Amino acid sequence: MKDFINNVRIVFLKDVRSELRTRYVINSLLMFVLVTISIIRFAIGDEKIEDEILTGLLWISIFFSASGGLARTFVKEEEKETSAALKLSASPTEIFAGKLIFNLVLTFILNFLILILFILITEYNIKNPVLFISVLSLGNVGLVAASTIIAAIISKANSKGTLYPVLSFPVLLPLLLTVINATKLASAGINPGEIMGEIQILVSYTVVVITASVLLFPFVWED
Amino acid sequence: MNTFYKYAVFLIISLVIVAGIVLPIPNIPALGDKARVLYFHVPMSWISVVAFVMSLWYAVRFLKSKEISYDIKSFSAAQLGFLFCILATATGSLWAKFNWGSFWNWDPRQTSIFILLLIYGAYFALRSAIDAEEQKARLSSVYAIIAGITMPFFIFIMPRLVETLHPDPIINNSGKINMDTSMLIIFLTSLLGFTLLFLWVMNLKTRLEMLKYRKSLKQAQ
Repeated sequence: MKDFINNVRIVFLKDVRSELRTRYVINSLLMFVLVTISIIRFAIGDEKIEDEILTGLLWISIFFSASGGLARTFVKEEEKETSAALKLSASPTEIFAGKLIFNLVLTFILNFLILILFILITEYNIKNPVLFISVLSLGNVGLVAASTIIAAIISKANSKGTLYPVLSFPVLLPLLLTVINATKLASAGINPGEIMGEIQILVSYTVVVITASVLLFPFVWED
Repeated sequence: MNTFYKYAVFLIISLVIVAGIVLPIPNIPALGDKARVLYFHVPMSWISVVAFVMSLWYAVRFLKSKEISYDIKSFSAAQLGFLFCILATATGSLWAKFNWGSFWNWDPRQTSIFILLLIYGAYFALRSAIDAEEQKARLSSVYAIIAGITMPFFIFIMPRLVETLHPDPIINNSGKINMDTSMLIIFLTSLLGFTLLFLWVMNLKTRLEMLKYRKSLKQAQ
């Protein structure tokens, strides 16, 4: 167990270090977020948009920025031909866990940035901030869970860029529908008790997907 | 035996088509003659789900044994399931046009079949993007399983979002079959006929794909 945690930590730190060296994902995603939010800003103009629609727009930005960033984790190992070395140095489960944590950190940083920019440039009014943030975080964990295994699958395929949204959308749809509904209700200032059902779905979705991913990842990773 | 099977399927399906269109139908409020779609639409949806489950089952078997024939079965089931899924969507949306007034109005049932179509589409897109036979089988099996385990969430999510207008499914909440006896007989015969048809085409498809695979192996040598 101690070995496991240590190896996961090493895989995670290796990803952080290689990301900080190139800053490829961070830079391109920051620009992507800025561009998306400016487009939303210009599309809205001076109109007063209802909060329900803003929630939808927020999740559109989150989904597409995630599809830009999360798909990279395994693709970059294939492109730089480092996957063989990685295979030798850690077990599949350790690699998957390390990558999952790296993706989690990346998405959390990114999505809170999106949220802050969103609140600054649109008049997004969140009436129950604590609930909103917790639902958003739960949604993030689910999003990362499903995206990581799909990123691993597409890293072995030919047309990597276009394949990611195609494969991830049907898998993510149950999560997205629930989390959009829950964040909409949270921003309208609802009591936590009233979206308990949504929170249960989010948690169970995440647990089911992570369990299946851990079981199936060795099949994706082997050659 | 094989010839008998084919003629039996032909007879049953012809019988269902004739009986389903010609025989009188009891008056059902708000449905009337439009209820006849049940004889064709329900078997199609049933087979598209059965084929999906079969495809999943063979995907699991493949990952366990690495036997390529399981992957061929999984792929054949998915292809046929996709065909029947399209048929179910088409018959359902024709019915919706005359009963609800539009071909497509995002009823929860329509949304779920749309997602099933998307999953099938994504599965085929993934398969065509990988060249190596063994890797294609492995990755598409993994994807089928991941997609398969997230599907059941719709059962919990959909009712929270919108009420469905879809008529009661055959196996409904109360667990009773609310159907006239003559209708029930035609319906069950239709279900049997189309299931037999599916199994027969599935058998042909698997053998064909198996031959193609062997041929590609020979050419590679």
